[in-house]
Amino acid sequence: MMMIFGIPAPLLFGQLLLGLINGAFYAMLALGLSIIFGMLNIINFAHGALFMMGAFAAWILLQYLGIGYFPALILSPILIGLFGIVLERTLISRLYKLDHLYGLLLTFGLALVIEGLFRNYYGSSGMPYNIPAALQGATDLGFMYLPIYRAWVVVAAVVVCFATWAIIEKTFLGARLRAATENPALVRAFGINVPRLITITYGCGVALAAFAGVLAAPIYSVNPDMGDNFINTVFAIVVIGGMGSILGSILTGFGLGVIEGLTKVFYPQASATVIFLVMVIVLLFMPRGLFGKAA
Amino acid sequence: MLEIKDLNAWYGESHVLHGAAFEVREGEVVTLLGRNGAGKSTTLKSIMGLVPRRQGSIRFRGAELIGAPPERIARAGIAFCPEERGIFGSLSVTENLLLPPVIAPGGLDLATIYALFPNLKERAGTAHGTKLSGGEQQMLAIARILRTGAKMLLLDEPTEGLAPVIVQQIGRTIREIKARGFTVLLVEQNFRFAATVADRHYVMEHGRVIDMIPNHLLSSSMDKLHDYLGV
Ligand SMILES: Nc1ncnc2c1ncn2[C@@H]1O[C@H](COP(=O)(O)OP(=O)(O)OP(=O)(O)O)[C@@H](O)[C@H]1O
Ligand SMILES: [Mg+2]
Repeated sequence: MMMIFGIPAPLLFGQLLLGLINGAFYAMLALGLSIIFGMLNIINFAHGALFMMGAFAAWILLQYLGIGYFPALILSPILIGLFGIVLERTLISRLYKLDHLYGLLLTFGLALVIEGLFRNYYGSSGMPYNIPAALQGATDLGFMYLPIYRAWVVVAAVVVCFATWAIIEKTFLGARLRAATENPALVRAFGINVPRLITITYGCGVALAAFAGVLAAPIYSVNPDMGDNFINTVFAIVVIGGMGSILGSILTGFGLGVIEGLTKVFYPQASATVIFLVMVIVLLFMPRGLFGKAA
Repeated sequence: MLEIKDLNAWYGESHVLHGAAFEVREGEVVTLLGRNGAGKSTTLKSIMGLVPRRQGSIRFRGAELIGAPPERIARAGIAFCPEERGIFGSLSVTENLLLPPVIAPGGLDLATIYALFPNLKERAGTAHGTKLSGGEQQMLAIARILRTGAKMLLLDEPTEGLAPVIVQQIGRTIREIKARGFTVLLVEQNFRFAATVADRHYVMEHGRVIDMIPNHLLSSSMDKLHDYLGV
C-alpha cells in the first residue's frame, strides 16, 4: 500500500475528502452568516436551525409530496428563505434600533424554539434521506475511492460560494449591498430602499443555509440537532476569516475543514479543538481575522 | 421650490435646530453661512431625513416631507452631498458614480459629467473610491448626484480643505449646473467663495436662521458678516 508520511494513502485522502466536505458546509454557512452580519449587524444564531430546516424541508417534500432531491435543492432554499424573510420583517427588524446584543438573543431564542418544535414532532433520532440515484456510487481514482455524492457536494458548494461572491463583488446589486453595508443612511438618501435590501439579504443568507441543509441531508441524518453540530465551528470560522468578509468566510471555511481533516489523521486527539486553537492564534496576531478590513 | 418653516431637530437629548426657517426658489443658488456648530449640516441632514428626530415643516414643490423617510425624499427630487463626502471604499470609482439611482429624467449623462470632471474619467478604473485624493473624492461626490435627475442639490461644504485650483473648479461646476437649471442649497464657511456662486445667503446661529443677505449686498454687509461669523 502506498504510504505518505507513514500514513496509508487511502486513509490520508479519505480524511482530506471528509475535511473538504465539512469545509464545504463551513464555507456555505459562514458565507451566509457573514452576509447577514454585514447588512444587519447581527450574529444570526438561528443559522444552524435554518440549515436544519432546509434539510427537513427536503425530507418533508419527499415524504409527503414525493418531490425528489433536485427540485428540493431549489424549493427548500426558496421556502426557508421566505420563512427567513417573515422572521426578519416581523421580529428581527424591530431590534435594529437597539444594541446588537438583542438581535443575538432573539436569534438564539428562535433557534431554541425552532429546534425544540422539530424535536417535538420528529424526535431526535434522525431520518434517513437517500442519495439520489443519479449521484450514487463511487469512482476509483487509483489512490482512493471517491463517492460521487461527496464530490458533488464539494463542487456544488464551490459553485454556489463563488456565484455568491461574484454577485456581491461584481454586480450592480452587489455594489448597492456593499454601499449599504458601509453607510446605510447615505444609501437611503440616494433613494435606495435599504430596509428592503436588508430583508432580501437576510432571505438570501437563510436560503444559503437551507441549500447547505439539503446538500447535507443524504450525508448526515436529518435530525433537529444537525445544525448545532456545525454552528459552533462555523462561528469560529467567521471570526477567523474576519467578521463580514465574504472571501474570508469561503476560504477559511474550506481551509479549516481540510486542516481539521488532516488533524484527524496526524493527531486525532486534537481534531475537535484544532479550529478553536487556530482561532486563538489568529486573533492574537490579527484581531480582525485573516481577511478582516482595518477599521 | 423648497420651503423650511419652524424646523427643529434633535440628536438624542440635545436640541440642535430651534425653529430654522428659510426658502430656496427654483433655479437659485443659496448658501447657509454660520460658525462651526451653528447647525448648517444638521439643517441639510434634516431636509434629507437623516437626523434621529425632527419637527416643523419642509415643503418641496408643495409637498410636505417632514415625516418622509430618506429614500422618499430622494425620490421626490432632492440629492445630497454630505460634508464627509461619503465616498464608498468598498466600491470602485465607477460603482460610486453609478450608485445613486436615476429618479427622474433630466440628469446629466456620463459624457457631460466626464467633460465637467476630466479627472474622474482618468480615475474611473480605480478599484476603491477612497483611493482618490480629497479633491477627486469631492468631485465624485458631486458628480454622482448630477446623474440622478434630482434638480435640488444640497451640498455641504464642498470646498472644505481643498486646494485653490480645485475650489475654483467646484465654483465653475456650481455656476454651470445653475445655468442648466439646477437649484442648489450650499453650506459654506468660506463666504468669499460663496460670493462667487450664490444669489442669496442665509446666516445661521445656534440652530436658527438670523439673517438673509442678497449677494449684491454682501460687500456692503462685511462688518455685519464678520460679526456673525467671528472672522
Ligand atoms: N451626530 C451628532 N450627535 C450629537 N450631536 C451632534 C451630532 N452632529 C452634530 N451635533 C451637534 O449639533 C450642533 C450642530 O452641528 P452641525 O454639524 O449641524 O454644525 P455645522 O454648522 O455644520 O458646523 P460645521 O461648520 O463645523 O460643519 C453642534 O453643536 C454639534 O456638536
Ligand atoms: Mg457642518
